[in-house]
Formats: sequence, structure tokens, C-alpha cells
Amino acid sequence: MEKTGKKARAAVRLLLVGAAVCLLAAGTARGEVRTVLTKAANICMECIGIG
Amino acid sequence: MGRENKRHSYRHWFQAAWFALTNGYAVGFLEGKIYRGKTKALCVPGLNCYSCPGALGACPIGALQAVLDSGKFKISCYVFGFLILFGTLLGRFICGWLCPFGLVQDLLHKIPVGRKKKNLPGHRKLIYFKYLVLGLFVIILPMTVAVTVTGTGDPWFCKYICPSGTLLGGIPLITVNPGLRAAIGWLFSWKMFLLILILVLSVRYYRPFCKYLCPLGAIYGWFNPIAYYRMKVDQEACIHCGACHTACGMDIEVWKKPNSVECIRCGDCRAVCPTNAISVSGIPKFKGMVLEKIDKTKKT
Repeated sequence: MEKTGKKARAAVRLLLVGAAVCLLAAGTARGEVRTVLTKAANICMECIGIG
Repeated sequence: MGRENKRHSYRHWFQAAWFALTNGYAVGFLEGKIYRGKTKALCVPGLNCYSCPGALGACPIGALQAVLDSGKFKISCYVFGFLILFGTLLGRFICGWLCPFGLVQDLLHKIPVGRKKKNLPGHRKLIYFKYLVLGLFVIILPMTVAVTVTGTGDPWFCKYICPSGTLLGGIPLITVNPGLRAAIGWLFSWKMFLLILILVLSVRYYRPFCKYLCPLGAIYGWFNPIAYYRMKVDQEACIHCGACHTACGMDIEVWKKPNSVECIRCGDCRAVCPTNAISVSGIPKFKGMVLEKIDKTKKT
């Protein structure tokens, strides 16, 4: 029983890591990286409480 | 120094080292500006404001809102990719070991003032508040409320709630940068009020922000039951003494739910377990030591 649970968990983990890699690739391909970089490389007035 | 204290100390040094590593742009603190290099496109695992002068990476919650409120994308594949990857590998180990605001709360809780308590009144219901913060302030409002004619929105969580941004970004920048200091208004006052409230509460209560407000903790918590880094209780070795529950700042009955969504993997339960019944996946325990401890416990 425990062995089956372990196998199922391992499969889910592998699936999630695969999905994460695909999502990262898809996000990069459609230009999200630039949006994140633009926001993160400039002082975010809202984040520091200036608005 | 007891085992638990030793472990605390070791963990806090690790948290501090991680903060130094991911916020290593020291010039930023001195000159009141932020790092603008390409590593800023990569998310760090913890709630680490990208407007912290030293930050070398992006906060995943800030990045998620930046993509959602940009008006260009309905969903962020990129940031969800990071969140799923970090979550699957480590779960809320990130909260306990890799989050700078977690370290701040940990240190404040060590101040020997008043009687320490684990939870705020209404804890059982309040723990669900972080899911509301995640849904409303991080996803729905940035996605749906446009504040400019071009259709871009606001990062609602960062703007109205995030105390990490005020502490790690706002205060250092405003202290050194006179231009920013001149622009302070009601929003900064509100954010300072919220920050001070959370910091004061942290002295008495254990990690109130992580328990009740943090949207990142809410996300990583879902991964705890399946993450590579997970806990296991040896039911044969466990004597159900409750020492783990007493030591747990997050108030988890570890022997019942070792992979609770609330567990931040600080490891205090492992340190106090008299029979070494709690182990971490991938790190085998020394069986002889366990049996020896069981014998000792039975004798006393």
C-alpha cells in the first residue's frame, strides 16, 4: 500500500517538474521574461509605498 | 546549548547567508538605487522585494502581479513555472529557510519580552485568510482592475499589503534617496502602519505574517504533501509524547500530519523528538541511535 503511494507521489512530482519546465519555456517564448525584467529592474513605486 | 537552540542558530545563519547571497548588491544600499542586471528576470524562491536595493532576483509574487497587471497576458506561464518548480522541490522549506521576511519574524520572536504565544486568537479561521489574499490581491484585482488607459493595473498585494517591500525596499531606499523621501504620502504611512503592526505582533506571536497573510506560503503549502523535501514519522518509534507539537511554532500535530500545508520545515520537531521518529525524505536516520533513544525514554 505504502509502496503504491510512494510510486504515485513520485509520478506526480515528475509530472509537476515537467509541467514547470514546459511553463517556463512557454513563458519565455511569449515574452514574459521581458515584462518581469522591466518591472524588477526599475524601482517599483507601489512596492515601496510611494504609489 | 540544547539541540533545539543549536538547530535554531544553524537555521538562522543559513537564512542570513541566503539573504546575503540573493541581496548582494551592496552599492544599492549605499547609493539608494537598485540592481538592474539580467538576473532580475529570474525569480528567487522567497518573498524578497525586487526593489530591495541589494536584490539580485525578482520576488515571485511581485513578478506574478507584474505579468498579470501588464494587460498583455491573461496568465503567467513563466512565474507559475517557477512556483511549481520551487514548490515541488522544496515546499514550505522555502518559508523556513530561504525567506528574508521569515528570518525577520524569527529574530523578533526571540526578543525576551512578555509571554510568547504561538497563535493569534481565532487562529483556526485566520489561517485561511492568506488564501483570500492570494486570490484577491495577487490574482483577481491585478488582472481585472485597469488603472491606466493602456489597460495596465496595479500590483495590489505589493501596493497595499506587502510588509517585506516596505522593510526591504521602501525604508532603505527612502533613507538614502532624498528624491524618493520627498514623494512619501498616505500610502507609505499605511504600509508603515501595517509593517509595524506585523513586526510588533511577531515579538509575541510566532510568524503571524506567514500564518495568516503570506500568499507565497499559501502556494508552497499545497506542495508540502508531495514535495521532494518532506517529513516522515516512524509510527513504530513514535511514542506520541507530543514534544513535537509543543516545540512547533506553527502549531502542528506533527505525528498526525507531518506534511501539513502549514509546516515551514524549520525542523524544531526533529530536534526535540525523544526517539528520533521524525525524518526527512532522502536523509536516512541512524537506526541504532533511534533504538537507543527509545530505550532511554522507556527507562526514564
